[in-house]
Amino acid sequence: MANQDALLRVERLVKYFPISRGLIFQKQVGAVHAVDDVSFDIYRGETLGLVGESGCGKSTTGRTILQLYRPTSGHVYYDGQDLVAMKGEKMRAMRKRMQMIFQDPYASLNPRMTVGEIIGEPLVIHNVARGKQMQDRVQDLLKLVGLNPAFSNRYPHEFSGGQRQRIGVARALALQPDLIICDEPISALDVSIQAQVVNLLEDLQRDFNLTYLFIAHDLSMVKHISDRVAVMYLGIIAEITSRDELYAHPLHPYTQALLSAVPIPDPLAEEKRQRIILQGDVPSPVNPPSGCRFRTRCPLATTICAEARPELREVSPGHFVACHLV
Amino acid sequence: MADLFNVQGLETRFRTREGYVHAVNGVSFHLKEGETVGIVGESGCGKSVTVMSTLRLIPTPPGKVTAGQAIYQGKDLLKMSDEEIRHVRGSQISMVFQDPMTSFNPVLTIGRQVAEPLEIHNGMSRAQALERAAEMLKMVGIPNAKDRLNDYPHQFSGGMRQRVMIAMALICTPQVLIADEPTTALDVTIQAQIIELIKRLRDELGMAIIWITHDLGIVAGLAKRVMVMYGGYIIEEALVKELYGHPQHPYTIGLLGSLPRMDEDAHRRLTSIDGLPPVLLENPNYCPFAPRCKFALDHCWNENPQLRTIGPDHTVACWVDPTTGKER
Repeated sequence: MANQDALLRVERLVKYFPISRGLIFQKQVGAVHAVDDVSFDIYRGETLGLVGESGCGKSTTGRTILQLYRPTSGHVYYDGQDLVAMKGEKMRAMRKRMQMIFQDPYASLNPRMTVGEIIGEPLVIHNVARGKQMQDRVQDLLKLVGLNPAFSNRYPHEFSGGQRQRIGVARALALQPDLIICDEPISALDVSIQAQVVNLLEDLQRDFNLTYLFIAHDLSMVKHISDRVAVMYLGIIAEITSRDELYAHPLHPYTQALLSAVPIPDPLAEEKRQRIILQGDVPSPVNPPSGCRFRTRCPLATTICAEARPELREVSPGHFVACHLV
Repeated sequence: MADLFNVQGLETRFRTREGYVHAVNGVSFHLKEGETVGIVGESGCGKSVTVMSTLRLIPTPPGKVTAGQAIYQGKDLLKMSDEEIRHVRGSQISMVFQDPMTSFNPVLTIGRQVAEPLEIHNGMSRAQALERAAEMLKMVGIPNAKDRLNDYPHQFSGGMRQRVMIAMALICTPQVLIADEPTTALDVTIQAQIIELIKRLRDELGMAIIWITHDLGIVAGLAKRVMVMYGGYIIEEALVKELYGHPQHPYTIGLLGSLPRMDEDAHRRLTSIDGLPPVLLENPNYCPFAPRCKFALDHCWNENPQLRTIGPDHTVACWVDPTTGKER
């Protein structure tokens, strides 16, 4: 893995959201520790799955990478250049190369714009194409994502959820980016439609050598689409390794519990399974537990877990775990 | 054993500007004492409307149950007076809904809301009912149950709120629990907690369960029998192992093929089902799945197939035998 070419390198990324009180004289009374010291690489042409439960910071991580949120500290190197230090025109030029697909296909398309305008907007903003040239490109993009090019004059409400998500994919592809951050792109869709969109994403990756950061909470789908998988819990990365290694030999107690909780659509397999049922809820990210973030729900926690924060260590080649007991 | 609950020929329509939407089209099913049955289907397939119709919870207008009967302990729920059905709902048949936030009254304490069914159905005093509510909350795993009676719904997390809802549904020890996607809004580790809880309570209290979900995985480990719905019709019904092992309807086959499985090693391309689920404005004289079906024959476009028995405890509404691609 070490000799692979990293397109994106995230280093000690931290994002706190301030909580302030007071109407006129606002003072900060705390912070939501949304992302707390996260580091990982994404290699060129791979799909890195980022999984975790709601509120674990996976979407914030994605948005902070794209500098949609500016990080509290840390670095994001894209092709060797630090995005955190970048501003203005330089940042704008850089944005061409990384795009995003959002979770909610109903909220992420402007209802007053036609599909053609939505997909063409990035081309206009970045001065790539205008007029007839832009329209031709929009038609190509619509074909590419499996929609009828004649639809470019229609409005988003005329489409189903799956079709809207295809529009979102076309918009992300318009500028021919290298990296697409897919933020739960299928969780709002029905099962039979999910497969359509996932197959489309896989085809596009093969055809255009795209790199994906695939953020999701559906562990079965993440296993299906990813080359490597990172598991997040309460703002930190608990475990990161190749897909096969993670699902065959999960080492972090949280990963083990998470995998055991996923239902398998096969009654014979379900009968044989042993579930690890975690106690309690995820603690608040305003006041995360000391030491290991997972210790309050961990069935194996000992005193050291409350005292020191476990670093993400490489326990076997390419397999990183943040746990004192591994 | 006799059926505890038997629904025959249920039809529900909704009036819309475009015409009457045929949401439920002649659905029949039965439930035995202590049995767990799953109803599976995608959004809009009529799975929730089916059970809501039997309990007369469909807002009328625009909705209307136009045909059918729902026999519970020898009586037709659809013909009962409002007074009578109120005694059934929440006491003998109760429901757990998907969204635990919008299913509670935000300005009443949890204690009041969990205890309310006892005051209404069993005529208990407020104090007695609250005491019982505390026991029930403890049973569903709420820590410090007694102190939390005075808390409001927003003071509970999503998973805890769903536990409270289960406590409320089970406080009168109903014979039937209808669970309408109770874990869809929850994270997977919390979902596992809730499913374990319901399994435990089922074994302790011996109620029958109708579990409505779009997640074929949940039903696999929970139900004894599964019904698959599409376009307001039940299109396949079988015992779980049979349904997952030998699915016969092209829709069921497609649905199972479109799910990635965590326990499979080789990467396989997901078989997607092209097209979209239908919105039926009339009773079609063709199979409602035909427009999306790989196996569709001429017959499928001329006549809507009825459920037929094709094996022990296995019925399917399809003209085609998917193993041969020819008519059955």
